Formats: sequence, C-alpha cells, structure tokens
Amino acid sequence: MTSTATAPPSSDARPDGPSTSPTPRQPKRIAFGHRLTKWDLKLSPYLYISPFFILFIVIGLFPIAYTAVISFMDWDLVRNTGTFIGFDQYVYVLGQPKFWIALRNTFSIFLLSSVPQLLLAIFIAAMLDQNIRAKTFWRMGVLLPYVMAPVAVALIFSNMFGDKYGLVNTLLGNVGIPPVPWHSDAFASHIAIATMVNFRWTGYNTLILLAAMQAIPRDYYEAAAIDGAGKFRQFTAITVPSLRPTLIFVIITSTIGGLQIFDEPRMYDQYGTGGADSQWLTITLYLYDIGWGQWNFGRAAALAWILFLIILAIGVINLLVTQRVVRDEGRRDAGTRREQRRAAASARRSLAARTEATAEPEPGPAPTDTTIDTPEVPR
Amino acid sequence: MKLSRRTKALAAVAGAASIALLASGCASGDAGADSADGPIELTVATFNDFGYTDELLQEYMDENPNVTVVQNKAATSNDARANYFQKLGKKGLADVEAIEVDWLPEVMQYSDLLAEVPADVKDRWLDWKVDAATDADGRLIGYGTDIGPEGVCYRSDLFAAAGLPTDREEVAKLLEGDWAKYFEVGADYTAKTGKAFFDSAGGTYQGMINQVEAAYEDPDSGDIIATDNAEVEDLYNQVLDASATQSAHLGQWSDDWFAGLSNGAYATMLCPGWMLGVISGNAEGVTGWDVANVFPNGGGNWGGSYLTVPANGAHVKEAQKLADWLTAPEQQIKAFVNAGTFPSQTEAYSDEALTGYVNEYFNNAPVGQIFTDRAKAVDVAPFKGEFYFQINDAMQKALTRVEDGTQDKQASWDQWVSEVQAIG
Repeated sequence: MTSTATAPPSSDARPDGPSTSPTPRQPKRIAFGHRLTKWDLKLSPYLYISPFFILFIVIGLFPIAYTAVISFMDWDLVRNTGTFIGFDQYVYVLGQPKFWIALRNTFSIFLLSSVPQLLLAIFIAAMLDQNIRAKTFWRMGVLLPYVMAPVAVALIFSNMFGDKYGLVNTLLGNVGIPPVPWHSDAFASHIAIATMVNFRWTGYNTLILLAAMQAIPRDYYEAAAIDGAGKFRQFTAITVPSLRPTLIFVIITSTIGGLQIFDEPRMYDQYGTGGADSQWLTITLYLYDIGWGQWNFGRAAALAWILFLIILAIGVINLLVTQRVVRDEGRRDAGTRREQRRAAASARRSLAARTEATAEPEPGPAPTDTTIDTPEVPR
Repeated sequence: MKLSRRTKALAAVAGAASIALLASGCASGDAGADSADGPIELTVATFNDFGYTDELLQEYMDENPNVTVVQNKAATSNDARANYFQKLGKKGLADVEAIEVDWLPEVMQYSDLLAEVPADVKDRWLDWKVDAATDADGRLIGYGTDIGPEGVCYRSDLFAAAGLPTDREEVAKLLEGDWAKYFEVGADYTAKTGKAFFDSAGGTYQGMINQVEAAYEDPDSGDIIATDNAEVEDLYNQVLDASATQSAHLGQWSDDWFAGLSNGAYATMLCPGWMLGVISGNAEGVTGWDVANVFPNGGGNWGGSYLTVPANGAHVKEAQKLADWLTAPEQQIKAFVNAGTFPSQTEAYSDEALTGYVNEYFNNAPVGQIFTDRAKAVDVAPFKGEFYFQINDAMQKALTRVEDGTQDKQASWDQWVSEVQAIG
C-alpha cells in the first residue's frame, strides 16, 4: 500500500537512482536520516555548549548547593555526617560580634584600597597615554608588581610594617614622627594591608584604563584643542566621561576581589587569624578559621552563604548604579533598554494624545512632527 | 568490509577488556597479600623533619625484604593537619601518619578510626606521653616519637651586664623555684638594666598553663570550666603583672621577635629542646645564648609528635610493625642525631649518643643531658579536650591585647570570657 504511493514518484524523479524495484525500507531510512538531521539541528547547539555547563554544574553549582545543605547542619567532616539544625548556624554567625567586626574591616580595607587605587590608576594611565619615550618599558613597569605572588608581597610588606624594628617605623622615626602601632591599631593595620593591595593592583588597573583611553578617538582631542580646551579640560571633559564603562568594570572586579580579600591579612602576622583584637580580621579570614581552624564546616558554610548574599546585594547595587549612570559602549546614542522602552511608551502616549486631540477637527494622518517630538533620551 | 571492520573493533575491545581484567586481577592479588609474604609498599607521611632519612628507612627494608617504605613529607604541620582530617575515615591516608600534639585533641575525637597500639610496647614511653594519646576507652592510638621538654635559654652576656651569674649551673640555681621566683629575678634584672627580661607574656603563659592538669575543660565530662577556673585567672594576672615591666612585648614568631633573638631585646626565654635550632638558626653570630638546666615550678613540655595507623588502611598489621620499629629507642636515637628530635622513650635517656650530645652554639652546653633531666622533671599530663586549642588561642590573644596596649587587663579578660562562652 505504501509502496505504491511513494515508490513510483521517487524512481521517476531520480532516473539515475537504483534501478531495482524500490524496497519498502527505503523511505524509512530517509525518514530516520531526516529525524537525525532534525535532532542535529535542534540538539547540536546545546551539545556544543554543554561542556561548559556540565563543568559548571560539577565544579560550580554542585558545591554551592552542597554548601547550602551543610549550612543547615552540624557537620562532622571526618565522619561525613551531620544533624539538621535549621537556621542555628546563621543565627550564631550573625550573633557574633566578630562577624560584624570582620564585616567592618572588610569594607574598610576595601574602601582604603579601591578608592586611592583607582584615582592613582587613572592618573598614571593618563600620563602613560601621553607621548612619552620608551612607552613599552613604562607600561611593563607598572605591571611588574602584579607579577609578584600576593603571598610574597604580603611577606615583604609585613616585615616592613613591623611594630618595633620595621622599615616604615624606622623611616618615620628618622623624620621625627612617633612609631605607628601597625599591628594593634585597627585603622593603621587596614592602611598597611590596603597598601599591599594597592601596590599589587594599581598597575593592573592602570593598563586596563590605558587601553580604554587609547580607544577614545583622537579627533575629539583635536576638536577640543581647536576650541581652545587645555590638557586638563580635555581630561575632564573627554577622557573621564569616555572611561565610564571601563571604570564600572574595574569597580565591579575590585569589589569582588576586595570583599574576598584573604592572602594579605592572612600573612600580615605570624598567626594569620586577624590580630589579637580582630583588628584586621576579614570575612574570608574568619570563614577560613571557622572551617579549617575549628573544623566547623556547618558554620563556615553558613558564613560562606552570608558572604555570597552580601556580594550579591552589592552586585545588584552596582548594576542599578551602572544602569543609571553609564550607558553601554555599543549603543552610544541609545539609552538602556529600560530607558528605550520608557521613551517608546511615552512617545506612543503622546502620539495617541495628539491623534485623539486632532481626531475631531481633522481625522487625517497624524502630524509628522510627532515622531520628532518623541522625548530625547536623557544623557 | 563493514563486517571485517566491526570484527576488528570487537577484537580491540576484547583485548582491552582482557588487559583490564589482568590489571585488576593483579591489583586484587596485591591487596590480598597483607598477611602473606608478597611484596608490599608502605607509605609514611611526616612533616617538617622527623629525622627519618633514606638510610634509616633502608635499614628497615633490609630487615624486611618484602616491604618497600616510601616517605611523604609535608612542608608544615598545618598542611599535614588539613590533609589528615580531610581523608581520615575515608581513603587516601598513608599507612603510617604522623600527627602533632597541637592537634592531638582533635584526633582523639576520632580515636575509633585508628588502630590501637599493642599493649606490649606501652612501657616504652614516658607515662605522660602515653596518657595524652589514650582515649576514654583506654585505647592508645599514637606511637610517641619526640617531645619538647623545656629549660630556660638566657643571654649570658646580658646577665653579666646586669651583675647576675652567667654560669649555667649558677643560673639554674638562681632560677630554681616557682614562677614567683622567676619573675622576682626578672624584676631584679629589669631594675638594674631597664631592659626586658623575657620575650612575651604569651610565650611565658604557655609554659605556665602546660603545668595545669585541668586548665580549660573538665577531664571527666569535657565541659568547659576555663572561665571559672581560679588557677587560670591567677596565672593570667601573675604573668601580666610581671609583663608590664619585664616583657619585651614581642609576640612569638613575629618578625620583631626574630629580630629580638639577635639584638638582645630580652634576656631569657622558655626553651623547649627544638627551640635551640630556632635560636641558633636566626641569631647567627650572637655568642651570648646559653641554656640552663632549670624550669620554673618543675618540668614542662611544649610540642612533640606521634605516629598513627589509620584502621582502614590496606596493610594495618605491617604498618603497625613499621611504626613500632620507627619509635623504638634505637631508631629514635638515630632520628635525634639526624634532626634533633628529642626522644620520648625512657630507655633512650641512658644512651651515650643522647646524654653526651653537646651544642656548640650554646657555649658547648651538654644539651643532651640537660633536656634528659628536663624530660624526667615533667610530672603533669595536662588534659586537652576538644576545645583546648580554641580556648588557649583566645587566651593568647587576650594576653596580646594587654601587651600591645589595646585593652587593659580586666577588659581583655572580660572579652576572653565572652569569647569562651560562645565556643561550643
């Protein structure tokens, strides 16, 4: 039945095909091939991207979820067992004065390192952007501290910031300034640790900002120079505004890095537990001590999740600020999606209002100037 | 064509499978050879330097031709600790694993996962060394290796400048007594020179608290008694009263403390046997360091290690035999000669290699004999439960807060009390 319906046209259509009488299997084979092609089209893209996601599930998602499970337990690492205790670990961590001190320290060190670091990086990048001799030498020079391992940096700086026989206090003493208690005063210790971070990361940020600066069309500067703008005015009116998207990237990465700061405070003294009065105890240092010092993985997991939520919250704040302040590089003249939608909606509204208003006297086509009237995207 | 290709593939698969079978057959045969005389490989995991040289291990292999011993050295005790607890009770630990007394209390919570030391070798060690590694059920789980009996290291040149005796026997006589006596001499020294007598309150307190039998926890119930223990509070006050004038306020192992070893920032320091190497290594060229055969308030021990045999290892019997051999007095003497690890075996104390040992750096002090005497003077095995090190760590920080002037004595004590109450 089926063969009579399908076989003749196929043999007719393809005279150079198999001359033998078509078997009923042939269409099946084609159908299977078709199905394969169909699967190929639909599934292949997912298969091609799957290695990343499988890897992400195994080494990213699974540990995160497992951490969440453990954070609700009193976990015994060695015996691999735990008893479910609800939110007790979270309550305990949030009730610890040490946690809040650690949070304070983390933000303090973060601000002390990020703000001067960015200002300095912009300045150095602007200098490197000028026409100077031996460009590559200077550019590699600023990156040199970044090549050093953080632990090595921390070791050297910790020695320099020794309370009694450290280099810094000796130098201060030579100019008549009393020694700074680097390891007992909280603020002094934050400055010392922030110095290590700045030493290592300023050059890195400088290079990123320098790359962004070089992407600014030189025509802008020429035009500004013709208009009589000096170097400083050019810098504030052209360079800085053009750097905004890059700055947001740099700020986000340094936020993530700053909130997870570990190596420097850990190596700051011989114990690595954040000081006798928790002067430079950071969140990750506290987390490490609970996990690997006290083997209390349930509590450490709870703290890890709290840290995750803090970073998430700050990430969201960052995102909101970004949307408000900075436009995407790719659409220099368009607003953000939301602004575009809003603009489109208000345009539609005003169009509707006009057509309605003009509908009674003259039901003709809407005036052409409505399209021009659509509100400009706020810059 | 197709068929032949498939057969080829099949043949290849079959071949691979048979090789795999052979391989797994070999592996299972290996595992079953525990009691038989088949060749086996034993792994020993240590850290720092236990003095187990290749030559020493070769001796064992010569005596036991069927055994190959491989040593894995971790760089620090902390690395070893992290590795130990991540793998204990699971797979991956060495057949013989070294542990340090600092984390022995944590290991004791899992004593059921370790093989018991046979009763017939228990007499080998000092009593307090055995007691510390015996759990509530009376099972001894650690083969003692070395200990850290404490004496007093002092700078004879600084003592001379203060008009104090410089000869090590006279210094021993001078300091003979309790802690009050030690601080009395310190007050005298400080009054005469205006300089610090000891390095830090923390290091000195460590020597004091290691003489208290039940400092922070009740040995029977394991409950935390630290904050109500009058003995602890007395020591806290005693050491801080003295440190106000007599301490150099240099926390142990800090960069400043290391600098103080050579620049004479302090005149004395409590000194376990292994500290001699730290001093001579970090204060090269300083000629004044000497060591006195005395310790305030009797004997004291700081540090030391054990070997353990995980109970789920592949060759438990053979591993026990090896641990037994390594911790026998003869081998421990060799380890002492190799790395200066002071033996915990009583029989070793009469050995000429130990008693005759002289340290050139410390003005040719007979340190072998001195520390043998110091080891015999130790008469307390302090109880260290689950939270001992957390509480002691908080105490060290409390002392540091007073020393660096962040808090006064009472405020720091109060903070310590609240921290201890949050533990658990």
